[in-house]
Amino acid sequence: MNEYIPRYQGTVTKYVFVESPEMTPQDLAVRAYEISEGAMIKETCFGLQVTGTAYEVEKIIGALRELDPDHIFVKDRGFPPGDPRRCRANLGGARPGYFGHEFEISLIRHVSYGLHALPLRDEQSVPHPPSPGPETRLGIDKLKQLVEAQEP
Amino acid sequence: MAKVFIYPATSLILSDLVARFGHTPLSAAQSIREHIQTAGLESPPLQISPEDPKKGLKYAAVEVPSGVRGRMSLYGPMIEDAEAGIIIHDADLAFGCMGCARTNELIIFLLKKRDIPVLELNYPKTDSEGAEFVAAIRDFLKGLGRSK
Repeated sequence: MNEYIPRYQGTVTKYVFVESPEMTPQDLAVRAYEISEGAMIKETCFGLQVTGTAYEVEKIIGALRELDPDHIFVKDRGFPPGDPRRCRANLGGARPGYFGHEFEISLIRHVSYGLHALPLRDEQSVPHPPSPGPETRLGIDKLKQLVEAQEP
Repeated sequence: MAKVFIYPATSLILSDLVARFGHTPLSAAQSIREHIQTAGLESPPLQISPEDPKKGLKYAAVEVPSGVRGRMSLYGPMIEDAEAGIIIHDADLAFGCMGCARTNELIIFLLKKRDIPVLELNYPKTDSEGAEFVAAIRDFLKGLGRSK
C-alpha cells in the first residue's frame, strides 16, 4: 500500500446548478471569476464547481445565489474537481452521482415554482406536500388470479 | 441552526433547501470529504479504511455484508449527530449505482428510531406539489428554530 497524501486539504467543494430560462452556466462562471479571490472555479454543463476555503466558497455562492435565487441550487461535493478516482476522464463515462443529479434536475422546475410562490403564500396555511401513501401489499385474491392466469 | 439529516443523502434538492432556510444539511458529501482529506494509506476510491466497517458494526451485525457496514460508518455518526431528518420516500436514485437498498432501509429505521422530528415526503411531480413541498420544508425547518 502506498502513502496517501490528500489534494486540496482543508478545502470545500460545492456544486452550483442553474436551471433558469434567463441564466446560463457561462453567465454564472463569469460572475464567479469576477468575485473569486483564488478559489478554483470549474464551469460545467449544468453550472459550476467551486473549490476553496469554506469562507470563500460561501461568499461566492452567496453572491451567485442573488443572481437568480429561485433557479440556482447548491450542494456539497466530497471530491475536488478532477480527482482521478471520480473524474469521468478516468472512468470512461458519467460518474454514478450524475444519474441522481439528472433525475432531480428533471423535477427542479417544480421546486423553483414553489420557491417563487412561497412569498405569495399565506403564512398560516397548512401545506399538504406529496407524501407517501399507505404501503400497498399484494392481496390474496390478486395472487390467486395471477397464479390461475399462468400459461400452461 | 439545526443539523438536518437528509435522505437521499446525496439529494441536491434537500441539500439546497435545508441550507437555503438557514440550517445545516448532513449529506454524504461531508463524510466522504472527511475521509478523502485525511492522510493515511491509499485506499481507493473513498479512502474507506479497515477501521470503518468496524465502526459500522455499531449499526449492523457482522453477518451483514461489509458494504452495508462500510456505508453505515459514513451515515451512522451523522444520524446520531442529527437534530432532525427529512426523508423522500420515492427516491429510486438512492438504489443502484448510488447506494444500497438494505442500507437505505436501515438509515430510515435509525432515523425514525431516534426521538427527533422527521418530515416524510415524496418528490413533487407538478408545480402545485412543488409549492406544497417547499412550504412544508420551510415550515418544518422554521419549527426546528422555534423548538431550540
